[in-house]
Amino acid sequence: MFSAVFGSVEQGIIYAIMALGVYISFRVLDFPDLTVDGSFVTGAGVAATMIILGYHPVLATAVAVIIGFLAGCVTGLLHTKGKINALLAGILMMIALYSINLRIMGLTSENSIGRPNIPLLNAETMFNQFQSFWGSLGIDTAINNFFSMLGVQYLPATWGTLFIMAIIVLLIKLIVDWFLKTEVGLAIRATGDNKKMIRSFSANTDTLIIVGLGFSNALVAFAGALIAQYSKFADIGMGIGMIIIGLASVIIGEAIFGTKTIVRTTFAVISGAIIYRIVLGLALRVDFLDTGDMKLITAVIVIVALILPQYFEKKREKSRKAKRHAERLVEYQHSLTKGGAAVAKTYPD
Amino acid sequence: MLKLTQINKLFNEATPDEKIALDQINLKLNPGDFMTVIGSNGAGKSTMLNMISGALTPDFGVIEIANKDVTKLPEYKRSQMIGRVFQDPMAGTAPTMTIEENLAMAYSRNKKRLLRKGVDKKRRELFRESLESLHLNLENRLNAKVGMLSGGERQALSLLMATFTQPDILLLDEHTAALDPSRAELITNLTKELVEQNQLTTLMITHNMQQALDLGNRLIMMDKGQIILEIEAEEKKKLTIPKLMDEFQRIRGEKLNSDKALLSV
Repeated sequence: MFSAVFGSVEQGIIYAIMALGVYISFRVLDFPDLTVDGSFVTGAGVAATMIILGYHPVLATAVAVIIGFLAGCVTGLLHTKGKINALLAGILMMIALYSINLRIMGLTSENSIGRPNIPLLNAETMFNQFQSFWGSLGIDTAINNFFSMLGVQYLPATWGTLFIMAIIVLLIKLIVDWFLKTEVGLAIRATGDNKKMIRSFSANTDTLIIVGLGFSNALVAFAGALIAQYSKFADIGMGIGMIIIGLASVIIGEAIFGTKTIVRTTFAVISGAIIYRIVLGLALRVDFLDTGDMKLITAVIVIVALILPQYFEKKREKSRKAKRHAERLVEYQHSLTKGGAAVAKTYPD
Repeated sequence: MLKLTQINKLFNEATPDEKIALDQINLKLNPGDFMTVIGSNGAGKSTMLNMISGALTPDFGVIEIANKDVTKLPEYKRSQMIGRVFQDPMAGTAPTMTIEENLAMAYSRNKKRLLRKGVDKKRRELFRESLESLHLNLENRLNAKVGMLSGGERQALSLLMATFTQPDILLLDEHTAALDPSRAELITNLTKELVEQNQLTTLMITHNMQQALDLGNRLIMMDKGQIILEIEAEEKKKLTIPKLMDEFQRIRGEKLNSDKALLSV
C-alpha cells in the first residue's frame, strides 16, 4: 500500500508539469489544445533520442522543451493565421506529430527511418545522475529508518526522485505564477477572457495565443522528457489520452482547492495531478481491474470529477438557503409574539 | 486630430443584399473636440466607429489620426492611439481578472508589454488614486474580480481604463444604452468629467437625443451612410430636440422616424 501510494506521488508530481501546461491552454487561454497528446511524446522522444546519441540528459531535456514550444507555436499559427478551428488545429498537429515523433526516434537506428520505441535501461538519465549524488548523502537511510520505526513495510529504494521532482515542480509553479502576472501574462489571460477588450488595449491576440500555446506545450514536452527518463523508455503510444489526464488533474484540483487566485489555482492543478495518480494507483490494485483498463478508469475519474462538484455545490446551496429561511422564520415569529406593535411598525397603514 | 476623407464601405458587395454602409464620409475633428453622433439604426454610425478603430477597413478613403495615415494599420496597433468603450458593459473588461489587473492592462496600452510585473507598488498607488475619482469605492476593492461588479461599475471602470493613457481619440459606442437611467446619468457625468480633465478628442454615438445635445461641442446626424447634418459649437448650444427633428424633415423630405426605440427623446 505505502509503496503504491509512493509510486503514484512520484509519478503524479512529474505529470503535474504536464497538467500545468494543460491549465495554461485550457483555462488561461480558453483554447482546447489537443496538441498535448503529440507534444508529450515529442518531449519523450527527443530526450530519449539525444540521450542514446550520447548527449547530456540535461541538454536533451532542454532541447525537448524547446521542440515542444515550437510544436505549440505551430498549432497557434494554424489557428490564428490559418483560421482553423481550435480543436481541429490541435488534432491536426497531434497526428502530424505522430509521424514526426517516429522519425525523431528513428534517428537512433541506423537501418530504419522511423522507430516506435527507445529503451533507456542502461542509459544515463537526469534521475540516476542525481541519485548517485543523493545516495552519497545518506538521507534515504535516515528517512527509511524513521518510517520503519513507524512500522511501515516495503520502503522505497530512494527518496531522491521525489525530492528533486518536488524542487523542479515548485520552481515551475513559481515561474508560471510569476509569468501570468507579468504584462505579457496579463495580456495572455485577457486573451482567454475577452479578446475584444484586450485588442482595444493594443495587444496582438494572435501573437499572444501563439506564445501561450508554445509555453503550454513546452511544459508538456518537459513532462514527457522526464517521464521517459523516469520510466526508462520512450514509446510512440505513451501520449494517448494525455490531454484527458491533464484535464482530469486540472478539474480535480480546482474542485478541491478552488481557483481564487493564480497562486492557489496552480497549486490546485499540481495537487490534482498527484491525487489523480493516487486514485488511479489504488483503482488498479482492485483485483478484477487490469492495466488495460487504465483509460476507462481515467474516463470515470474525469466524469466523477465533473459531476461530483456540481452535486456538492447544489447541496451546499440548499442547506445555506434552508438555514437562512429558518432564521427568517424565527425573526418573523419573534415579531409576532411581541404583539401588534412590531407589526404596526412594519406596516404603518 | 482625426480626419476621415471620402470613406466608403459596401456590405455584401455584388450580391442581392448589397448595402451602402458608408457613402463618401468626410469628417474632421480638431484636438479637444467632443462630437456626438445621432441617427437611426442602420445609419452607419457604428460602422464609422469600427472604421476608425480598425475593426473594419474602408473600401477606399483615408483615415488619419494625429496627422498619420492609419488606414492600413491593424486594429491592435491603432488602439495605442484610440480608447474605446462599448455598449455592452461586459465587453470592455476582463471578468475573471481583478480590478487592478484590468487597470494594469489599460496602463500598458501605449507601451511595449514586457516580462515585468503588471501590478507593482507604485502602479497600485496610481490605480487607487484614479479609482477614487469614480466615487464608487472601487479603490478599496482592487483585488475583486471584475465579473463581480455591477453593470454600472463595470462601465465606469471601462471608461476609466479607456481614458487612462490619454489616447488621441476616445470612441464611445452608446456606452450608456445598456444601463438603467440613474446609472446612465452617472456614466454620462463621468464621461464629461474625464473628457474635460484629459482634454480628449471624443466621438460619441448615442440614441438619446437629450444626451447628444447636453454633451460635447459638435453634433452630426447620419442617415443611410451619409452625414446629413453638422452642427457646430455656438449653434449647438441653442439646439433643441424639436428643432433637430424639423431639420431632419427639411433635409430628407420625410418625417424622422421618431419611434422611441430608435431615437428616445
